[in-house]
Amino acid sequence: MEDADLRLDGNAAAGLLGEIFVREVTVAVGTCDTCGARAELGAVHVYMHAPGIVLRCPSCEAVLMRIVQAESRYWLDVRGIRSLEL
Amino acid sequence: MAGTAVLGRLTWLVGEVTDAAFEAPRVRSLVLDVPGWAGHRAGQHVDVRLTAEDGYQAQRSYSIASPPEDERVVLTVERLDDGEVSPYLVDEVRVGDRFELRGPIGGYFVWEAVLGGPLLLVAGGSGVVPLMAMIRHRRAVGNGTPTRLLYSSRTLEDVIYREELDRLGGAGDGLDVVHTLTRGQPPGWTGYGRRIDAEMLREVTWDDDGAQAFVCGPTRLVESVAGELVALGYDPGRVKTERFGPTGT
Repeated sequence: MEDADLRLDGNAAAGLLGEIFVREVTVAVGTCDTCGARAELGAVHVYMHAPGIVLRCPSCEAVLMRIVQAESRYWLDVRGIRSLEL
Repeated sequence: MAGTAVLGRLTWLVGEVTDAAFEAPRVRSLVLDVPGWAGHRAGQHVDVRLTAEDGYQAQRSYSIASPPEDERVVLTVERLDDGEVSPYLVDEVRVGDRFELRGPIGGYFVWEAVLGGPLLLVAGGSGVVPLMAMIRHRRAVGNGTPTRLLYSSRTLEDVIYREELDRLGGAGDGLDVVHTLTRGQPPGWTGYGRRIDAEMLREVTWDDDGAQAFVCGPTRLVESVAGELVALGYDPGRVKTERFGPTGT
């Protein structure tokens, strides 16, 4: 099985994102810090088979966001997102 | 922005199974009574969480099959043989059993009758489930949006909602249902008999700048179809996808 087969959409992470953000974030528009492409978070690429969840830009595949959850705490690395409009 | 209406925290609710029926050999629909359910939109999903006696928890997402007009929440679940949650939901759970769920989740892969169309729905295997919520919603509100469903299944017996789709597709209200069977066709089969390809999409798609497409199923199918639709002239922003991962047809 290739990594590409495991690719999901931002929608798949909506439950976890809903634990963190008060607003419905799958319709929020994020701007990729690497290539400047804009996409609704529901449309970005998501990989959930690692210990954390990784969101990648659908245009350039750069990492937008990493989320690691352990017990009741979350670690967010959002340096790949220049801005998030929600 | 449609999603701004959805404020507030997701909380875990308890659903009770009030009815259950097999749709196909590995696919079962569960009808749930969920006290506290705030309603949903067609295309949204829920997270289901099961807790073992030793405290171990497993959580998976399942699309809602019922339309917003239905007070009950219907989930249609395909059994994955190496799954942690789906074998329980398909083979074990009985009427009267309860389990935790939260939702509705997701505002991206959503269609409402007011959004109009024409609408192109493309499904592979159990990817038909959220699209069925859209079709049932369309029917429930008497909406005549021109709609085509292109639905890829392995064999005829694997087709989920077969009788209902036959009935709705023959109702003459603007819904066309087109099947393709990828692993064998019964004698006299008049539908397609191969994987979805560019030629098939060219034959079923709308030649209309306003057309909106929803594509749901295994990741490879979704990416192939979405790419072909853009090549056929669809604005990428009008092709919404929901990838299910590596499983399915």
